[in-house]
Amino acid sequence: MTDISVTVNGKRYDVSDVEPRLLLSDLLRDTLGFTGTHVGCEHGVCGACTVLVNGDSARSCLMLAVQANGAEIVTVEGLGSPEQLNVLQSQFREHHGLQCGFCTPGMLMTGEDMLRKYPLATDEDIREGLSGNLCRCTGYQNIVAAIRSAAALRSEKKP
Amino acid sequence: MSSDRRAQSSDVLRPKNVGAPIKRTEDPRLLTGNGEYTADRKPDRPLHLAFLRSGQPHARIARINAEAARLAPGVMAVLTAEDIADDFKPVIPFSRIPNYYATPIMPLASKKVRYVGEPVVAVVATSRYLAEDALELIEVGYDPLGAIARAEMAVADDAPLLHEEAGSNILIAREFKKGDVAADLKAAAVRVSGRFEMTRKAPLAMEPRSYTAEYESRRDAVTLYTSSNIPGIVRDAISESLSLPGHRLRVVAPDVGGSFGSKGSLYPEELFICIAARKLRRSIKWTADRLEDVSSSSQAFAEIVDAEMGFDANGVATSLQADVLGDVGAFSIYPWTCGLEPVQVVSFLPGPYKIGSYRGAVRGVATCKPPTGPYRGVGRPISTFVAERLMDLGAKALGIDPLEIRRRNLVRPDEFPYRIASGIIWDKTGFIECLNAAAETAGYEQLRKEQAEARKQGRLFGIGIASYAELTGIGSRIAVAPGMPINTGSETAKITIDSTGAITAAFGVASHGQGLETTLAQIVADDLGTRFEDVRVIQGDSDEVPMSTGTYASRSAVLGGGAAKHASKILQEKIKRVASHLLEANADDIEVAEGKAIVLGTDRAVSFRQIAKAVYSDMKTLPVEAREELTATYTYDPINGTTAAATHIAAVEIDPATCFVKILKFVVAEDCGRIINPMIVDGQVHGGVAQGIGAALFEELIYDDDGQLLSASLVDYVIPSAPEVPLMDVIHVESESAVAGGFRGMGEGGTIGAPAAIANAIADALSPLDIDVSILPMTPERIFKLMEQAKLNQEEKADE
Repeated sequence: MTDISVTVNGKRYDVSDVEPRLLLSDLLRDTLGFTGTHVGCEHGVCGACTVLVNGDSARSCLMLAVQANGAEIVTVEGLGSPEQLNVLQSQFREHHGLQCGFCTPGMLMTGEDMLRKYPLATDEDIREGLSGNLCRCTGYQNIVAAIRSAAALRSEKKP
Repeated sequence: MSSDRRAQSSDVLRPKNVGAPIKRTEDPRLLTGNGEYTADRKPDRPLHLAFLRSGQPHARIARINAEAARLAPGVMAVLTAEDIADDFKPVIPFSRIPNYYATPIMPLASKKVRYVGEPVVAVVATSRYLAEDALELIEVGYDPLGAIARAEMAVADDAPLLHEEAGSNILIAREFKKGDVAADLKAAAVRVSGRFEMTRKAPLAMEPRSYTAEYESRRDAVTLYTSSNIPGIVRDAISESLSLPGHRLRVVAPDVGGSFGSKGSLYPEELFICIAARKLRRSIKWTADRLEDVSSSSQAFAEIVDAEMGFDANGVATSLQADVLGDVGAFSIYPWTCGLEPVQVVSFLPGPYKIGSYRGAVRGVATCKPPTGPYRGVGRPISTFVAERLMDLGAKALGIDPLEIRRRNLVRPDEFPYRIASGIIWDKTGFIECLNAAAETAGYEQLRKEQAEARKQGRLFGIGIASYAELTGIGSRIAVAPGMPINTGSETAKITIDSTGAITAAFGVASHGQGLETTLAQIVADDLGTRFEDVRVIQGDSDEVPMSTGTYASRSAVLGGGAAKHASKILQEKIKRVASHLLEANADDIEVAEGKAIVLGTDRAVSFRQIAKAVYSDMKTLPVEAREELTATYTYDPINGTTAAATHIAAVEIDPATCFVKILKFVVAEDCGRIINPMIVDGQVHGGVAQGIGAALFEELIYDDDGQLLSASLVDYVIPSAPEVPLMDVIHVESESAVAGGFRGMGEGGTIGAPAAIANAIADALSPLDIDVSILPMTPERIFKLMEQAKLNQEEKADE
């Protein structure tokens, strides 16, 4: 058992007696109550549990909670609120980029990572970037459109 | 609109919301992590469940030793079939049809196991980690009884019986017949035939199945939160099984992360968790991990079809016959029965075509696999694959273009209603219109020119067409599954204006991604006369309406929408009557719009809030007899149902080096009647087509001869990801149906048309090599083998 300290969406949490085997996804969902992070496969394929760890997208089902000791984590709850969606969230809504919403938190976190790091010049780039996140509802077309649109809004903002 | 502007009657009669791409009410919560799926429930100090599942395909349970597990840390109970035998009655998936054996649904395997993955022992513990630890300590002794891994093995003379009481492994058999097929085939100018196979698939919703049973000890009541799309059916079945009246068993489907059919049957775990919650008088949670979900949720398709079609010299299909062998798995599912999937293959095989004579025979046989159940399209992805392959084989044999041969065989606009050879009646739908619209949008002529160019360069370029029709929004006259005794023909809407003037519309249908909260609110807003954003829709909660079944079989827009329209109108009449008192006007002169009742041609108006106050709170304004409660309930039954149809066109190119199929173009022209929300309709088509692409190119549950599942992870069971799905073009032929609102069901169609269109495109691409496509998925491995065989065949020919 270990005591750890993690920062989630800007707030620090001290958690004591963490079992070494506890998954980061379970820490976020069950211990800290961030149920926006979804668990779809527990073997790192579907991407639904994707969160940002120190600024990089990571699968919280493939990370142990103790590995996140000292880390800064952003979950979907840290992006925007129902009243004030962030740019990517609002583009998902605008373009109908979600149906059942289960894969959506992972799509958004991967999308945030892609938007920050890559030019995303073509739809192929966006599709390639999303290839580690599975969606069974949308056929991806509207997710691609939402990210493309968010990328365009991002370039407009830059001087 | 400013409040003092005079309303014109044309303003208030014009629908404002139905037909508009209104953004979804669901989205703000789902985009911010504020949704609530079943696994997100946080009951007081919940216990957690884990199942020990059978590793044997077919075996007698000789002994279970769970003593060590019972003593393990955190364990509250270890339960076997014996321990719960007195706590429930088995659930029987009954059907009136002959030649059917109903296998009972048991929460845990009793006496023997029949597939790998069947739950045998349950551990209830203070955490899932501890529950799974305890599973390791349980010893189960099995006496193997011999695996039945393939449908052909099940019907062999020396096959072991999976259900001894049934006396046979054939759980269902049926035949459809019209006319003299043998004579018509004999007289045909051309006969084409083949053995077609659609392998077993997983519906694979991204949210695994999940149940939370919340126990209320003060009245021995259970609220089951379930990832189900049939909460009403689940409530009724568990109520009966546990002898617990409906007011002590509430079943709620909260936000549900997709189903596609896999959450559309009653599951052993769903029944078990309610039994355990009552037994332990505690709330209990369980969510399947991905392995459990793939290896124990209902599976899809798995049929082998021997079929033959006869054509006259003009390319008119005259006759069709088919023998279907369905591998239905170890059990019949509740309530749909094991007949749902394979019987639907033969009942829909003639499709949208005017084929004169028909014989379709089906056998559903038990094997050591999880049961097959509903999956988006049910039966029709295979029936369409087979019929459309035969149509193309006929076209090839007669030298007729595939587009033209369909024009000659589709039911034409002046021929509706049309009864096809299997007995299904199509109401007026744009069959030909869809075909023409798809061909035009795809640029069919141009594609053929591109193909000719590509072939000159030796490239494998193919074009495939598939047309289909489906029955949607089915009413009480037709059983959704053959001979099933429960009513699937009606749905209820209950609309209430409360004392604050707020509007709540409650339904029993249950969205699992289709956006019903939005589309049903669009309908209520228009028909009641209020603003879209002022309507709250509640769905999937058995406490909200007295009876419901749920969302399946492309019914919710038609049945839920029809109920919404009728209930809205009844409530609007009540509003008008109250308003006539308040405004001192004749009720006939009052129109209701934007949440207000307005005297036509004047600026005199009262809001719903004022009306509610007058009815419920202010005891002076209205006489007692005029204080009608502002609520309306309507149960809508479309009696028959309505047809939906589409044509899909795919263009593909196959890389001869990797044997990978690239989809270059995909066009869908569909008729779903009057569109409620075009944004949502397009999204449904996109998703359906993507699943069809998965079925055509990637997805296959592979069981070995010992009944072990070899593709149980998402690495081995491959569903399409973003790079594999092309940009899709969707066009709508909107011909209003005869049901309330003119809607047609459209949630499943994408998956019905796409596999056939892609199969035909691959066959077209490979036709220079004389290769036929008769099994799906066409994985690179299968294409490689076919191409290698074709090379050998050509070499042999050259040698002769």
